[in-house]
Amino acid sequence: MNKIFKRNELWLFCILALLAFLVGGSNSSFWSRTNLFSLFKSSVVMGVFALGVLLVIVSGGIDISFPAVAVFSFYITVKYLLYIKFTGSIVMPFVMSMTIGIILGLLNAFLISTFKLIPLIVTLGTGSAVTGFLRAFVGTTTLSNLPQPLIDFSRWNIYTETLADGSVIGFSGSFLIFVALALLVAFILRVTTMGRGVYALGGDQIAAVRAGFPVRKIYYFTYGMAGALAGIAGIIHCSLIRLANPRDLEGIELEVIAAVVLGGASLTGGKGTVLGTILGVFLIVLIKGSLILVGIPTDWQKVTIGVVLITATALTAYRSATHGGR
Amino acid sequence: MPNRIVCLADIEKSFGGVKVLNKVSLSVKEGEICCLAGENGCGKSTLIKIISGVYAQDSGQIALNDRSYSRLKPIDSIREGIQVIYQDFSLFPNLTVAENLSLSDQVESRRAFVSLTNMRRIARESLAMIGIEMDTDKTVEELPVSGKQLVAIARAVYCNARLIIMDEPTTTLTQKEIESLFALIRHLKEKGISTLFVSHKIREMLDITEKITIMRNGRVVASGDTGAFDEVSITQAMTGRDIGGERFHWGGSLDEEPLLRTEKLSKKGAFSGIDLSLRRGEMVGITGLLGSGRTELALALFGSAPSDEGKIFRNGVEVSIRSIQDAMKNGIAYVPEDRLTEGLFLDQSIERNLFANTYKKFETFVGMLNFKKIRVTASEAMSNYGIVSPDIAMPVRSLSGGNQQRVVLARWMSTGAQVLILNGPTVGVDVGSKFDIHKKLREIANSGVGILIFSDDIQELIINCNRILVVHKGRFTNELDSEFLKEHDLVECLNANR
Amino acid sequence: MAQGLGKIIKSENNIFQLAVITICTFALMCWLLPGTFLTMRNFRSMSFQFPELGILSLAMMLAMLTGGIDLSLVGIANLASILGAFVFVKLMPANSSHEVVVAYIVGVVALALFVGMSCGLLNGFLISKLNVPPILATLGTMQFYTGIAIVLTKGAAVIGLPTQYSVIGNGSLGVFSIPLIIFIVLLIFFAILLRKTNFGINLYLIGSNAKAAIFSGIKVNKNLMISYMIGGCLAGLAGLIMSSRTNAAKADYGTSYILQSILVAVLGGVKPTGGSGKAIGILIAVLALQFLSSGFSMLRFSNFAKEFVWGVFLLAIMIVNYFTNERNKT
Repeated sequence: MNKIFKRNELWLFCILALLAFLVGGSNSSFWSRTNLFSLFKSSVVMGVFALGVLLVIVSGGIDISFPAVAVFSFYITVKYLLYIKFTGSIVMPFVMSMTIGIILGLLNAFLISTFKLIPLIVTLGTGSAVTGFLRAFVGTTTLSNLPQPLIDFSRWNIYTETLADGSVIGFSGSFLIFVALALLVAFILRVTTMGRGVYALGGDQIAAVRAGFPVRKIYYFTYGMAGALAGIAGIIHCSLIRLANPRDLEGIELEVIAAVVLGGASLTGGKGTVLGTILGVFLIVLIKGSLILVGIPTDWQKVTIGVVLITATALTAYRSATHGGR
Repeated sequence: MPNRIVCLADIEKSFGGVKVLNKVSLSVKEGEICCLAGENGCGKSTLIKIISGVYAQDSGQIALNDRSYSRLKPIDSIREGIQVIYQDFSLFPNLTVAENLSLSDQVESRRAFVSLTNMRRIARESLAMIGIEMDTDKTVEELPVSGKQLVAIARAVYCNARLIIMDEPTTTLTQKEIESLFALIRHLKEKGISTLFVSHKIREMLDITEKITIMRNGRVVASGDTGAFDEVSITQAMTGRDIGGERFHWGGSLDEEPLLRTEKLSKKGAFSGIDLSLRRGEMVGITGLLGSGRTELALALFGSAPSDEGKIFRNGVEVSIRSIQDAMKNGIAYVPEDRLTEGLFLDQSIERNLFANTYKKFETFVGMLNFKKIRVTASEAMSNYGIVSPDIAMPVRSLSGGNQQRVVLARWMSTGAQVLILNGPTVGVDVGSKFDIHKKLREIANSGVGILIFSDDIQELIINCNRILVVHKGRFTNELDSEFLKEHDLVECLNANR
Repeated sequence: MAQGLGKIIKSENNIFQLAVITICTFALMCWLLPGTFLTMRNFRSMSFQFPELGILSLAMMLAMLTGGIDLSLVGIANLASILGAFVFVKLMPANSSHEVVVAYIVGVVALALFVGMSCGLLNGFLISKLNVPPILATLGTMQFYTGIAIVLTKGAAVIGLPTQYSVIGNGSLGVFSIPLIIFIVLLIFFAILLRKTNFGINLYLIGSNAKAAIFSGIKVNKNLMISYMIGGCLAGLAGLIMSSRTNAAKADYGTSYILQSILVAVLGGVKPTGGSGKAIGILIAVLALQFLSSGFSMLRFSNFAKEFVWGVFLLAIMIVNYFTNERNKT
């Protein structure tokens, strides 16, 4: 099975490369540093979300509440920091947003593991409740005067260069955070007992109980971690666009789930890798970011993502039906 | 005197006011191979769950390795070396053999990180303990059933098992695999590891065990050395009545035009050149090892996995059977092997289960169903097949295994089928119901229906079929008249094919 | 007689429980809002509001009966209403006579049903023939259908629909609003279809155990395709009522209906794992939701507060169902 995964990832990589050459061939500005840097930057938020969704899908569940969790986390964080006129370290907003995310993730885990409810419907419910709560009781106005540390963070580049026309472009430092989190999740999934427990739970829940896995703890870990990642993705997003908009990120769940499924994770659980997920994220970001370059109006974005998801899932399902045998 | 690994005394347990276990006592000594026998629902699975600490007893004493426990927890049971191998093996299909073998140890030892070398070492060691070699980097879903069972046993042994409880271990194994399993159990005995064999296959318990405990209705009704039992006494103890083994006799003649005939029926990778004929009132048994192509043949005759070559004739007329609907149109019915996953709609009413594929017959104008007629037909079918339930609106889940199987049988017979294909008709059915189902099948055959029984249960075939065909590597190798056939002849026939 | 009634109450336990909840909600709102809730005006306005959600919930129930889910329903509704609106705006000559307009309306209804059916066909094809999990398939098609709607409209609302068209969503026959009549007719149709016909019972059987259905000779793929196609038609119809009621069609109307239709279905006793649920449950559940929604509006709850309540409500019902199931087990 590992071999198939590797093949799947290889395929993804080939498609990604092919697509890059096609787009680059039709519009050479694709290969400009400006464009490449911006593609990497826009893969950060989706990528961090995708890591959380990967964990949940490997455990055999699904989470569609993460955009709501992210918005809830960053909006409350920003609102509070503005209220206390925060000027300290960037660590504080991250920790706060992450903590709120963890709490909401644990709530999902509680509902799913205690009452044995269907993850889709639970996260649909918590997503709606969280969004509604935020807009009804916390605020609906977009905050555009972010605290200074967040603005500084958005300007953090690990590499800058001045172009011929005098403008400065940079490679966003936030990408490092994505890489670090990806390594962390890969490490957890591959070599920790908890990570193998997530695979075991997704493979066969009853067997996991019998093998002595602390199944409830695994649920809390998985959804808590997904919440934490959503909180981090949220605060990065809000910093990068320098706005805290309570109506933000609607509809991103589809793109993220598409990326994870494209990356080889199976909704029945137990399968999926971080590398595949990252490639899936790059693919979605590349498609989204290149539509304009090849002359397709942005209106087509939704249709394109829809078609990609439908084709990818149909191909996966078809392949497992013909190869799976039994 | 060898140490007693398990000693239960006067265990009682009730669920919602129903006494499931009534003063049950059981003991297993070191290195002993014991059998816990009984019909479905006699309380043996509850007893296992008490030994493994999943359920707490209401009263009675539990002692493991001479340490007594008032409230046994699963973790205590595992520490005392009790390992249960469930029918589904409790393995992780998506993980490798090595991981499956090492994960329990990993969790138990509370290590936070997994080491690949450590994992491989554990896998190698545990497989060596039962004297087996296999590729530990394969995922478990790639293994055959017997391979999965070996992994489960190796895992149990590695977890310092002193007693391995095997729940119906032979159900999905072929004859050859059963023999190697028994060899393994004897090998474990030499190492001082005991086995508690939970089964209702009488022949197997006589073969392998040293001590038998038989339960009925939550009580131990007989217990003692295996030598003191024979098939008759075990059956009697299990069912509480005598069950005759009178053989089926077919009165028809082979010159008659067959109901169903195949000519050189073939399917790539499954079977080839199958010539089969079935006449009115015949009961023909088809057996063969797992993987011999017999299940594929059954599915091809029923159209769910059609053949690629050859002809099928019904009453002498060539027919094309490319789908289940084609088979139904031609009066062919199929009772699947696993009634829980393939046969029944557990949450739906008995009525819906009875008429799942015949509702069309009750359509009146604009497709509305005539429920008055449905109710009448349902109660007829229930009395005809001896299905006992107060109300046809009850979910079929509420019925016993035997009644459930009768529902599936009734469903298919109500389609007016002339050819009935049964795949493992009494797998997981207790001895009493088994007898009733056989009786019903003979009645059906006597009414002129031709019956094909695909089964592993040699005794079942010999008693109920007038002819038995043996499949090997996709071909019929022997045709045996079962009138005077002895069990060991058939077993030899099967073994000759290895 | 009394025994018979007791038996009915017992066998229809969930429906009975639900009816009690609905009546309590109703009483609560009457008490909280004396003089405004229990008025003809409120009832009339409610009778225009809930049928579209009711129709979408029927479609959701169809998908959930077979163990699936249809997240693309609102996408289908909007696509159908936009294509219909385009017919009026782009094809129908201005200043057409009354007869011509009516003919166009008939054409638009047929078009909406056809669009709905085709979208449902794609869903059904992905789910039954290609074995794509329903969540993924309909999540993808939701994006796809909404995407087409955005491409067609550039995200703007299509307005300028003929006045005659608005009769579908705003007219009434006697005291009954036309949307309500459409909903009730559909409800009766589905109650009969599901309980009294071979097709309906097949859906329950498929939802209960798809493998056993195949082995029983039920044409599972065909039935699944038809059920998603019918669901699509219902969504198309709901889209028409929405665009007629608001006199405009837009790609992102009614996105909250997805959650609400799942809420209505689950509240109405449809099991998300398949195999059980009744049309009457949908009626009572959608009424309960409408009472709450109207009451909240009168109590000046914001839409966001409602969104919050719906989410909590959905979770609460699932938890209550969990406890009832646990109790029934022992």
